[in-house]
Amino acid sequence: MNQESNNTVRPEVHVTHDGHHVEHDHGHGHHKETFITKYIFSQDHKTIAKQFLISGMIWAVVGGLMSVLFRLQLGYPDQSFEILETFFGRWAEGGQIKPEFYYALITMHGTILVFFVLTGGLSGTFANLLIPLQVGARDMASPLMNMLSYWFFFIASVIMMSSLFVQTGPASGGWTSYPPLSALGQASEGSKVGMDLWLLSMAMFIVSSLLGGLNYIATILNMRTKGMSMTRMPLTMWALFFTAILGVLSFPVLLSGAILLLFDRNLGTSFYLSDIYVKGQIMPNEGGSAILYQHLFWFLGHPEVYIIILPAMGLVSEVMSVNARKPIFGYMAMVGSLFAIAILAFLVWAHHMFVSGMSPFLGSFFVLLTLLIAIPSAIKVFNWITTIWRGNLRLNPQMLFAIGFVSMFISGGLTGIFLGNSTIDIHIHDTYFVIAHFHIVMGVAAFFGMFCGVYHWFPKMYGRYMNSTLGYIHFWGTLIGAYLIFWPMHYMGLAGVPRRYMDFRGWTSFNQFGELNKFISIVTIVVFAVQLLFIFNFFYSIWKGRKVRSMNPYGANTLEWTTPIRPGHGNWVGEIPEVHRWAYDYSKDGREFIPQTEPVSPNETKH
Amino acid sequence: MVLEGKKRGVHPHKFTLWVALASIVMMFAGLTSAYIVKSNQANWEVVETPVEFYYSTVVILLSSLTIQWALRSFKQREMSRYRLLMAITGVLGIAFIWLQWVGFNWMWDNGVTFQGSGAGQFLYIIAGLHGLHVLGGIVALIVVITRAFVGRTQSYSSVPVEIMSTYWHFVDVLWIYLFIFLIIVK
Ligand code: HEM
Ligand SMILES: [Cu+2]
Repeated sequence: MNQESNNTVRPEVHVTHDGHHVEHDHGHGHHKETFITKYIFSQDHKTIAKQFLISGMIWAVVGGLMSVLFRLQLGYPDQSFEILETFFGRWAEGGQIKPEFYYALITMHGTILVFFVLTGGLSGTFANLLIPLQVGARDMASPLMNMLSYWFFFIASVIMMSSLFVQTGPASGGWTSYPPLSALGQASEGSKVGMDLWLLSMAMFIVSSLLGGLNYIATILNMRTKGMSMTRMPLTMWALFFTAILGVLSFPVLLSGAILLLFDRNLGTSFYLSDIYVKGQIMPNEGGSAILYQHLFWFLGHPEVYIIILPAMGLVSEVMSVNARKPIFGYMAMVGSLFAIAILAFLVWAHHMFVSGMSPFLGSFFVLLTLLIAIPSAIKVFNWITTIWRGNLRLNPQMLFAIGFVSMFISGGLTGIFLGNSTIDIHIHDTYFVIAHFHIVMGVAAFFGMFCGVYHWFPKMYGRYMNSTLGYIHFWGTLIGAYLIFWPMHYMGLAGVPRRYMDFRGWTSFNQFGELNKFISIVTIVVFAVQLLFIFNFFYSIWKGRKVRSMNPYGANTLEWTTPIRPGHGNWVGEIPEVHRWAYDYSKDGREFIPQTEPVSPNETKH
Repeated sequence: MVLEGKKRGVHPHKFTLWVALASIVMMFAGLTSAYIVKSNQANWEVVETPVEFYYSTVVILLSSLTIQWALRSFKQREMSRYRLLMAITGVLGIAFIWLQWVGFNWMWDNGVTFQGSGAGQFLYIIAGLHGLHVLGGIVALIVVITRAFVGRTQSYSSVPVEIMSTYWHFVDVLWIYLFIFLIIVK
C-alpha cells in the first residue's frame, strides 16, 4: 500500500491529506465533499487549474475587447461609434474615446494580458494541472498554499476589475507604470485612486505568484514518484520549474519597487521624484531618480516575459513530440537552453532602457548579453523543427498551434535582435516596431502555447474532446489574422510611428498609414470573433463534447495518461505508478510509444 | 511506492521555506541595490544610526541562541525547558521590535521624516520591512508555543520547530546584514 509507506516516510505531510484518500480511492468515501469544498475552496490541484483557466479566459475577453475598442478609435479617428459610448459612458462621450481614457485603456489592456492572462492564466493553469500529474504526486507539496495562491489571484482580479469603475478611472501610466506619471496624483486622472488600486492589486498578484511558485518548485523537487529522476521528467516540468524560479526571484524585486512607489505616492518621500512641474507648479520633491524605478521594474519585467514564454515552450515541446510520434530532439539541449535562458533573463533588463539616459558604455554590455539570448533561443527552434522533421505528424489543432508557436517565436525573436542593438534601438524604441516585436514573440506565441495546451489536455480536464473543426478555424483565423495585424506594424515602426498615441492625423508623414490602420482594426475585430468561437467550443465541449473512451487517447508516454479518465482528488486509484524511462520513447524498436511506466527490457536499444 | 525516503533528504515544507527565504533575500537585494544606486547620486543625505539599533542587534542575536537551545531541548524531549525557551525567544522578538520602534522615533524627532529620499527614508523602509518579517515570525512563534502548551496531541515531529528556528535565524542574519550594510554604505 503506497499510502502506508508514504506515511512512514513523511508523516506530517500526508496524514491528513492522503489519509482521507485511502478510503476515497477504494470507493467508500466517508469524507463527503460539498459543492463549496469541491468547486470553490478546493485544494485539488486539478480544480485549481480550472479556476485559473476560466478566470484567465474571462480576463482575456475583457482585455481583448479593450483592444478591439481602442483599435476602432485608432483606425477611424474621425468617426464616432455609438458602441464606444455604450461601453465607456462619459469616457467616450459622442462615440469618441477621450485621450486620457485611451491611456487608461492601453494600460489596462497591457496589465491584464501580461499579468492576469499570460502569467496567472497560463502558469496557473498548466503548472497546477500538470505538475502533480506528470511527476507522479497526489497533489502539490502544500495544497492549502496552492488554494491560497488562487484566492490571492482572485482578490487581485477583483481589485483590478473594480479600478475600471472608479470615478477617476483606472491607472493610465502604461503597464510599466513609470513615475512620475504613476507617482503624482496631480499628474493625470488615472494617477489618482486608479493607480493605488493598480499597485494594491499587483501586490496581491505578487503574493499569489510567490505562493504558487514556491509550491511548484517544492513539488517538482520533492514529490516525484519512484524512478522519476529529474532527467526523466517531461520538458513541461522543466519549463514550469524554471518559470517558477524566475518568478520567485524576480517578483519580490518588483514588490520592493512598488513599495517605494507607494511611499512616494502617499507619504511624501521622493525616491523617484525630482525637479517636477505639474501645471506650472513646482513640486517639493527633490533628489529622486525616475530611472531607479525603471531598473527595479525591468529587473522583474524582463524575467516576466520569460515567465510568460517558458511554460508555452514546455507545452509545445511535449505536444510536438506526442503528435510527431517522435522523441523530442536534443532533450538535454532543451533543458540546457531553458537553463541558459533563465540565467540570461536576469542579466539583460537594461535593454529596455537604452534611451533612458543610461551610460552608453554600460549599454554595450547589455547589448552583448541580450544578443546572447539568441543562442539558446535558436537551439530550441532548431530542436523543435528537427523533432517534426520526417515525423509521422498528426495535424490536430494542438499540433497546429504548436507549430504556429514556433513560427511566431522565430518571427518575433528575429526582431528582438534588431532591438537588442542599442544603436538601432535608439531609432525604433517606443515605436510600433516594439509593439510588433513583443506582440508576436510574447503575446501571440504565448497564446498559441496556451491554446495548444488547452486542446491537448482538455480531455484530461473534462473527460471530453473539443471540437476539431472549430479548432481548425480557430487556428487558421488566429495565425493569419495575427500576422496581418502585427507584421505591418514593423514598417510603421521603422517609419517612426510612436506607440501610445491616439491620433496621428497631425503628422503629415504618417498619413500614408491611414488606410493600413483601418485594415489592422478590421482584422482585429475578425480575430477577436474567432477567439469567441474558441470560447464557445470550450464551454460547449465541457458538457456536449465527444466523450473520451480510453485512458490514453493520444498514445502518450507521460504519467497523466495512466490516471482514470476523470481522476479524483489523489489522481491515482491505488498506488502511484513507478517510472522506468524518460517520457519520449516514441517510435522505438518498432513500437509507436512506450509509456514511462514500462520497465526497460534487456534487449531494448539505448536512446 | 511513492517516495524514495532515503535519498530525498529535505522535507518538502523545509524546502519550501528555503525557496521562500531566497525570495525574501531578493526583495532586500532589490532595496539595498536601490540604496547603493541612490547613494551615488546628487543630494544624498546620510543619517545617524540610532543607538537603539545596536541594542536591538544584541537582542536578536540572543534570541537566535535561545531558539537554537529550544530546538535542542525539543529533540531531547525536555518539554518544559523547550516551552520556557520558546517563550523567551518570543519576548526577545517583541523587545527587538520595540527597540526598532524607539529607534525610529528617535530619528523622527531628530528631523528625519518621510520628506526626501536619503538614507533615512530608505532606513525606514528597509528596517520597517525587516521588522514586518520579524513580526510574522513572532506570530508563527506564538502559534508554535500555543501548540506546545495546549496541544491535544503530543507531537514528536521536530519539523515545525526546525522550520520555525530556520526562519528565526534567517531574520536574524538578515538584520545583521542590513545593519552592517546601513553602517558601511553611507
Ligand atoms: C532573441 C530574443 C529577444 C531579444 C534580443 C529581445 C530584445 C528586446 C529589446 C531590446 C526590447 C526593448 C525595445 C525597446 O523598448 O526599445 C524588447 C522589448 C520587449 N520584448 Fe523582447 N527580445 C527578445 C525576445 C523576447 C521574448 C521571447 C519576449 C517574450 C516572451 C519578449 C518580450 C518583449 C516585450 C514585452 C517587450 C516590450 C516591453 C515594453 O516596452 O512594453 N522579447 N525586446
Ligand atoms: Cu527584455
